[in-house]
Amino acid sequence: MRKRLFIILPVVVVVALIVTIIALSGRGGSSINIIGSNTLTPLTSVWAEEFMKANSNVSISVSGPGTGPGIAALIDGTTDIAQASRQIKQSEIDQAVAKGVHPYEIQVANDGLSVVVHPSNLVSELTIAQLSAIYTNHITNWQEGGGSDTPIVVLSRDTNSGSHDFFLERIVQMQGLPTENKTLQYGPEVLFLPSTEAGLTEVAQNPNAIFYAGLGYVTSQVKTVAVKKTASDPGILPGKETVLDGTYPIARPLFFYTNGEPTGVIKAFIDYCLSSEGQEKVSEVGYIPLA
Amino acid sequence: MLKPEISSVIAASNTKDSLRRRLRLGERFIESWIFLAGLFAIIILVGIIAILIKEGLPIFTYSSPWQFLFGTKWYPTSEPPTFGILPFFLSTLMITLIATAAAVPIGVGCAAYLAELAPPRIRETVKPIIELLAGVPSVMMGFIGLMLLSPLVRSIFHLNTGLCGLTAAIMLSLMSLPIIVSVSEDALHAVPKEFKEASYALGATKWETIRHVCIPAALSGIGAAIMLGVGRAIGETMTVLMVAGGALAVPLSPTDPMTTMTSAIASGIGNAVRGGLQYQALFAIGLILFIMTLAVNLIADKVLERQKRKFAR
Repeated sequence: MRKRLFIILPVVVVVALIVTIIALSGRGGSSINIIGSNTLTPLTSVWAEEFMKANSNVSISVSGPGTGPGIAALIDGTTDIAQASRQIKQSEIDQAVAKGVHPYEIQVANDGLSVVVHPSNLVSELTIAQLSAIYTNHITNWQEGGGSDTPIVVLSRDTNSGSHDFFLERIVQMQGLPTENKTLQYGPEVLFLPSTEAGLTEVAQNPNAIFYAGLGYVTSQVKTVAVKKTASDPGILPGKETVLDGTYPIARPLFFYTNGEPTGVIKAFIDYCLSSEGQEKVSEVGYIPLA
Repeated sequence: MLKPEISSVIAASNTKDSLRRRLRLGERFIESWIFLAGLFAIIILVGIIAILIKEGLPIFTYSSPWQFLFGTKWYPTSEPPTFGILPFFLSTLMITLIATAAAVPIGVGCAAYLAELAPPRIRETVKPIIELLAGVPSVMMGFIGLMLLSPLVRSIFHLNTGLCGLTAAIMLSLMSLPIIVSVSEDALHAVPKEFKEASYALGATKWETIRHVCIPAALSGIGAAIMLGVGRAIGETMTVLMVAGGALAVPLSPTDPMTTMTSAIASGIGNAVRGGLQYQALFAIGLILFIMTLAVNLIADKVLERQKRKFAR
């Protein structure tokens, strides 16, 4: 028995080593690591697939879970590209520079952040002030928004998400409106979910739920609410025209951040994303291409 | 005339000595490896405690332990940030208690059935299937909870949303059940046949034997199984993150959406600045989780000690 072990064990170890060496050497090409926004992930995944099809020696990995961790990874040097659904904050820039990283911003697409409810919900338009009151738990019944007498189940993304930050500033704190209030925070009854899919699943099966998601995530299982800047403005639904001409009140740019100007295969990839082919993919996925 | 025998005896004893020496060296070598492995495990544990303390303790200079443990507002991004973890603490407590209360009776009962009552063929098929359940990734369980269980909970209890502590507790009990069943079943199986035969000989029924002889005899093993199950329930993150709702308010009932300590850490650590206040607060939550698990284990040990002394096994 001991004799057999003495023969088998070294053989197993040698075989494992050989396999590892072969596997590692097979990756002769380059790789790009992309971490960050949940909103951008479906779009970046499509871009990555198309780019990898055209360039077989490049391997690209795309992952979430949110803008915050993406930018943090860029600062820590663990990612090549940080995908972001909000702009980088000054505090993050300061942190980056302190670590010798220089964030370089590239806008790659546009998005109309969509407010979604269950298809059976009677409400089809809400003002920003109403949305703010809903998300600070001051309006708790759909009746106050013109719907039925049912409680509102308020869903949001968690603090990892760029959409969370964007929604907080633009809607909850009503940035740009005369009623702007920077002290407002999400209410204590708001449910914070780790992924956009989880939120959409709940909205699709809960007649009282409300959620926000990037336009690319909206499916026929949920209903988009038209957003009114103020009570006297018309309700605008997110779409290509309303986002590009600025009439949709919560349109936002989507970004890639790299450390310094991109070079080499990263530049090639980003050039593809910004090319007309790449921008066609943006519309296919459901987001809005650059003007 | 005695010479060849003596020389052969001397030769034999020389060989025996050298063999003994070789064995002793080999044994010493293996013993020291095993010792190092054990030491390594302790070093890692001490290291984890050290990191938790180093990164987490500084938050208590910003907010006092009382404010931290019993405060109800967790707003790390507001100016000034407030760190109160009572909602998370109550959440973890509620969900763990419910999950354990559900999993332990079912688990130990299932183990008793498999060990004592099931025909060998059933035992051979059911046990691997239960152990397979333990291998389901927690994301899968979270997904199943989100898609299947939460609408069910919502309609049965007439709630606003099925994303609540109860749903999380049910999913957690499903995840700790296989561990409890597996380890308890092994413990019950190890009860010597003589115990059971003596009990039957005295006229006890099968149920009386299980209740008064088998389970008490296997109590330390069953205790270990429960501890493992509770440990899984306290530490589970992904499933709870997906189905418990993630609300920051203090939960007043299991059907409220809530955030546990593990979810708070998981959703907060992504964008907490290294060394910043939120970072320290999250490590402090980790420290408290660790102390909770330690306390549960110590209490369980004490209880089992007493039980063991009663049954002297």
